[in-house]
Amino acid sequence: MDRRIYGVETEFGLIHRPASDQLPGRGLPPDELARYLFRPVVEFGRSSNIFIPNGSRLYLDVGSHPEYATAECDDLIDLIASDRAGEMIMHHLALAAEQRIAADGFTGQVYVLKNNVDSAGNSYGSHENYLIPRTTHFRRLSGILLPFLITRQIIAGAGRVVPGDEETPPHFAFSQRADHMWEGISSATTRSRPIINTRDEPHADAATHRRLHVIVGDSNMSSTTSLLRYGSTDLVLRMIEAGVPVGDFELENPIGAIRQISHDLTGQARVRIRGGEEMTAVQIQRGLLERIQRFVAEQGDHHEHVGQVLELWERALTAVETGEHHLIDTEIDWAIKKRLVDEVAAQRGLAMGHPRLEQLDMAYHDVHPERGLFHLLVRRRRAQEILTEAKVEEALITPPSTRAAVRGEFLSTARAFGAETTVDWVHHKLIDRPLEAVMVKDPFPVRDERVESLLDKLGDRSTQLRELSIQERSQRAVSLALSDKYALAAQAEPAEPPVI
Amino acid sequence: MSAQPQKQPNRPGGEETPESADSGQVKGNPQSAERAQELDSLLDEIDTVLEANAEEFVKGFVQKGGQ
Repeated sequence: MDRRIYGVETEFGLIHRPASDQLPGRGLPPDELARYLFRPVVEFGRSSNIFIPNGSRLYLDVGSHPEYATAECDDLIDLIASDRAGEMIMHHLALAAEQRIAADGFTGQVYVLKNNVDSAGNSYGSHENYLIPRTTHFRRLSGILLPFLITRQIIAGAGRVVPGDEETPPHFAFSQRADHMWEGISSATTRSRPIINTRDEPHADAATHRRLHVIVGDSNMSSTTSLLRYGSTDLVLRMIEAGVPVGDFELENPIGAIRQISHDLTGQARVRIRGGEEMTAVQIQRGLLERIQRFVAEQGDHHEHVGQVLELWERALTAVETGEHHLIDTEIDWAIKKRLVDEVAAQRGLAMGHPRLEQLDMAYHDVHPERGLFHLLVRRRRAQEILTEAKVEEALITPPSTRAAVRGEFLSTARAFGAETTVDWVHHKLIDRPLEAVMVKDPFPVRDERVESLLDKLGDRSTQLRELSIQERSQRAVSLALSDKYALAAQAEPAEPPVI
Repeated sequence: MSAQPQKQPNRPGGEETPESADSGQVKGNPQSAERAQELDSLLDEIDTVLEANAEEFVKGFVQKGGQ
């Protein structure tokens, strides 16, 4: 597909740390903290599982994890910006939660971490969705895609300071998530985490499309790493869809391989190809990259970032192969993090295994723009950034140019007229007009005439609604993302309830 | 379309890269002094944002499992 729908769902870690002079030990338990965090969400949407005006979904998932699912995006930068907007929303919610916690007589800070593992070994994910044509042969797809995804961690892993145990000394690994994958392909997610999930809810016309659900990825902080992660995966899919021979890298033991590769930072770990030789992750990635370079040379770039993706991909492989990690240590999460950990360890005389280094790993994923170490490294130019602040602010309130725009407009308009709705990725329903619910199966168009005429029944939008300015919106809400786009034109707005 | 800084890959063992022989190798030149200062200031800033008791923080970070 030249034009593809992408989405990413991020589960966040959440903790409350009481001030050290008070309440020694533990902060609020996870479920109670999650309720504090989501109180503004419930106030805005009367539920802890809602779609918001930017078209994305915000909810509390299994295990009291706050989760954000980006709206459907058809552009990689939109996708990365929407994902970052989700981090910003979590940050806004955390600040509000701190205030409420303080008002209830407790102290301390709330941390939202965009990582994938806690200190007890629990894991939570970053799930990618790619729209693919129904005609794609799934067995062929998985045969090519699995070895790609298993080795993708060397170019897109978030890096992890792994504490030691009886068998292995503490060390640095490529991936957060690799140790928590238990199967190659399956339909389950919580029970047995597969790399590719076959749950087939296309959120589109099932006759023509299916949704590829990939749950193996690490949560990335770096936007350049994200670009490579999604951009390379799209290119591999594109080649599979075109029916081009991609070579046979199917692995004999996918789960053994993903772990082995993650824990060998030299890139020399050899994994066995089914019925064949042993190869390193770099060799498998190079095999795929070379074919993709040929494919792109023949077919041309299908979006403006293809050149950047291919250049960074190649450079990342060279960095792993040669051990010259400085080639990518401002652009690829694991290398950015590793440089920080190495320098702190050297400068402060800390051995691997020191809790401070594990703390650095966690703090790298803190979404707080001042406290989070990734953001601190960006300010010091030790990490590159391709998103502008303006782009992220836009992503907080504006849906991407896909079906998400239909959903966003539907929600915002109905809210202004005081009409209750239920929506999901495809359905648009006014509670008072249940028989007129509209199903929008095509995820690409930004406008749907049936939804337009349904909204027209609420009133004359051109005369009755006034679009609020950013300033008006930010005054009213905990987060811009949880603010109304429209107000009724002639009417003075009632004051928002106080933030307590 | 390469806005990226062009860094030359060099294999380990290849010593022929004088200008990239950074940290450790050439102590005392102004560039490395500046770099050391920058690193000090980075580490100081990190100390101000991280909770002082690393072990408490790490042990306290326990979630319920997600998907």
